[in-house]
Amino acid sequence: MSLSPDLEMLQSVIEGYARDFGLDFFEVRFVMLDYRMMNQVAAYDGFPTRYPYWRFGMEYERLSKSYAYGLHRIYEMVINTIPCYAYLLASNDRVDQKLVMAHVYGHGDFFKNNLWFAHTNRKMLDEMANHAARIRRHIERHGLDCVEDFLDASLSLDNLIDIHAVGIQRRAAPIPETEERETVRKLPAKGYMDSFINPPEFLAEQQRRLEEAEQQRKRFPEEPERDVLLFLLEHAPLENWQHDLLDIVREEAYYFAPQRQTKIMNEGWASFAHTHIMTEHALEPNELIAYAEHHSGTVAVHSGQLNPYKLGLELYRDIEDRWNRGTFGPEYEACENLQARREWDKKLGLGRQKVFEVRRVYNDIGFIDEFLTEDFAREHRLFTFDYNADDNVYEISSRKFQDVKRRLLFQLTNFGQPIIEVVDGNYENRGELYLMHRHEGIDLDVPFAQDTLKNLYTLWGRPVRIETKVEEQGRVLFSHGPAGGERRRLD
Amino acid sequence: MILSIEQDTSRFRQIVRGRIKQNLRKYISNGELIGRQGKDLVSIPIPEIELPHFRFGGKQGGVGQGPGEVGTPIGRGDPDDGSGPAGDQPGNHILEVELTLQELVELLGEELGLPRIQPKSKNRVEGEITRYTGIRRVGPEGLRHFKRTYRETLKRQLVSGTYDPERPAIIPIRDDKRYRSWKVYPRPDNNAVVLYMMDVSGSMTQRKKHLVRLTAFWIDSWLRAHYKNLVTRYIVHDAVAHEVDQHTFYHVRESGGTRISAAYEMCRDILRRDYPVEDWNLYALHFSDGENFGDDDDDRCVALLKRELLPPMNLFCYGQVQSESRRQFMDALDEVSDEKLARARIDTDDDIYAAIKTFLGKGV
Repeated sequence: MSLSPDLEMLQSVIEGYARDFGLDFFEVRFVMLDYRMMNQVAAYDGFPTRYPYWRFGMEYERLSKSYAYGLHRIYEMVINTIPCYAYLLASNDRVDQKLVMAHVYGHGDFFKNNLWFAHTNRKMLDEMANHAARIRRHIERHGLDCVEDFLDASLSLDNLIDIHAVGIQRRAAPIPETEERETVRKLPAKGYMDSFINPPEFLAEQQRRLEEAEQQRKRFPEEPERDVLLFLLEHAPLENWQHDLLDIVREEAYYFAPQRQTKIMNEGWASFAHTHIMTEHALEPNELIAYAEHHSGTVAVHSGQLNPYKLGLELYRDIEDRWNRGTFGPEYEACENLQARREWDKKLGLGRQKVFEVRRVYNDIGFIDEFLTEDFAREHRLFTFDYNADDNVYEISSRKFQDVKRRLLFQLTNFGQPIIEVVDGNYENRGELYLMHRHEGIDLDVPFAQDTLKNLYTLWGRPVRIETKVEEQGRVLFSHGPAGGERRRLD
Repeated sequence: MILSIEQDTSRFRQIVRGRIKQNLRKYISNGELIGRQGKDLVSIPIPEIELPHFRFGGKQGGVGQGPGEVGTPIGRGDPDDGSGPAGDQPGNHILEVELTLQELVELLGEELGLPRIQPKSKNRVEGEITRYTGIRRVGPEGLRHFKRTYRETLKRQLVSGTYDPERPAIIPIRDDKRYRSWKVYPRPDNNAVVLYMMDVSGSMTQRKKHLVRLTAFWIDSWLRAHYKNLVTRYIVHDAVAHEVDQHTFYHVRESGGTRISAAYEMCRDILRRDYPVEDWNLYALHFSDGENFGDDDDDRCVALLKRELLPPMNLFCYGQVQSESRRQFMDALDEVSDEKLARARIDTDDDIYAAIKTFLGKGV
């Protein structure tokens, strides 16, 4: 459904305000949807044409049930495409539509300017429709159950991508094979100086390194491979249709990755934009209460849970304030007089410029790492919480700044997912796949890991293994092969 | 308008109900399905299926915001996704929603059934039912389907160009006419009687009786929703057995010792007297905490079961709640090896669902 004339006018007004504020976006097209369509589109992650798969149905059921019981509603949804499509809920009030439009322009600006989105496919609407058509064709040929089972297996591995690799050439150029072996070159020296200029230990060390490098080149893969899906695509014995399905799963996982990497920044930025547009320009006096209620609902903190809208918005505000007053740098850090710190003002007025720069170059990790200050954490009463098994509750475990920041960064690293690499695709020369979990203090969920391994086995066709650590047991190797799952301690 | 997602939704529902893709069933999270009891509203989480991933295990903390000292609880640990790592990611919330009794019974429903139920309807032939199920091209005028006929005529006139929008006369010819057609279904009459027996001796505490009643309540609700003409009888027993009405069964207070054989004898007598096996499918459910008085009585019960109760019955279920005694009636039943005997332990609310499935699961 297209916009009513009234809303069309509203759109051009809000768009004007957005440009005045400095936002820069691709053309935004608003589409009105009723709640059912909205729930459907949301279940499809914003793309009306997705391939048939039960998980979308599950999401739809969840959304419609919680909508029916008044637990939530989706006011808007924006997707990262050119033009930028935004869906509005038809039953929104006029003031809500204003707010939502302003919010949408914030997202539009973010999608266009944030560097982490620079490599995303902006024609994803077409791409998704193509994916759906391809999968439908495979279903017709090979049967729904067959395709669905393969999708289940592939999607269970869809977090095994290298999120930092987007747009980066990760494959080193192949080194031409040479007949002669490389040897360590000695520096020219007179005979009596030789043992000082070219000490034998050093030469031996160099020789060892060369040999290691040569060994390394014989390894498969040469470097541990974070993009497990790519490795499977290149080396697993898949049929054409399976290859195609896995390719689709991988492509969509990469497409959505930047959105997950910038959740706090993106929502924060859109909220930052809508508060400015609404409170400085668009709001009519009689809409104030409704606006305030809606806005506070968006940034509300429920039972101690961190709200990305709130955290992002407050951080941008904090940055703007700090760069306006100049409360950064060694001079400020060194100042220990609280009074002076509070009244610090170098009248730099760089705030607005800084936030626009920040929204361009950071993702959530950098954003938190760089701009979450001790003052901010104290002021917003951040804490870490942990599970207390005795009482079966989650309880506040620390309010120390270092703890809070470390925990937050950990959660954002690799989306809070374990880091897993392919270290050997031909383990013990038997064509078996060997994965390594880079253990960072938290164990894998063992039953889930075993089941995931089973799915991996259906793709790889040969036995698959993952090495990890289990608390109090040390290194453990989980395997899955034709005889089923197996678990073995390594030390 | 039908949404394209309906297809995915129905696929999902089929998975949840165990019709297809059995391998995904273990990832369904709806364990708390009948955890709490309301008047006739029950709050349940929405079933969700999570595909396995490599992910971190254990209950992880996170970062939150707000007031509170170190040590202040901020959320319950159960169910385990409810307040997991605090939200930098949306979704993954288990939402508690209210479900009506009817919906719940349906949800429970499709994988349950009265085992071995057979049509036994010599005395009560209910005849057949006729249903209009289809459309055909011939039939009596009285069954002419107006809408379909109209549509066919319109189609033909449009195609052949005789339709005039100025004078939209729709005149059916013989080929256009459509009639309702019917099918005749025999209606088997599954006469069934279900006997509920409950131990109300002194050792049956409030908590235990709560478990029994919850289980019996759900089984009762489910059976009533799925089988017409179902007869239910209720027996409570301590050292002696009494037949009671439904209300009393669910509300009576405990006292006295335990002699299970008393109940089994009464069960046998009632069945013999009122429900001849030729005409009835016979089911009995017995709940107790397993603290029977004396080995003699256990033996007596086993003998009763073996010789008199089990042979005519379709199913005999024994549910044992939270037994503290070392000598349990459950173990005494080991001697009876008959597939018509189903046993389950019910120690917590969570076991109820499993128990119901043991009792009424298909193919028991």
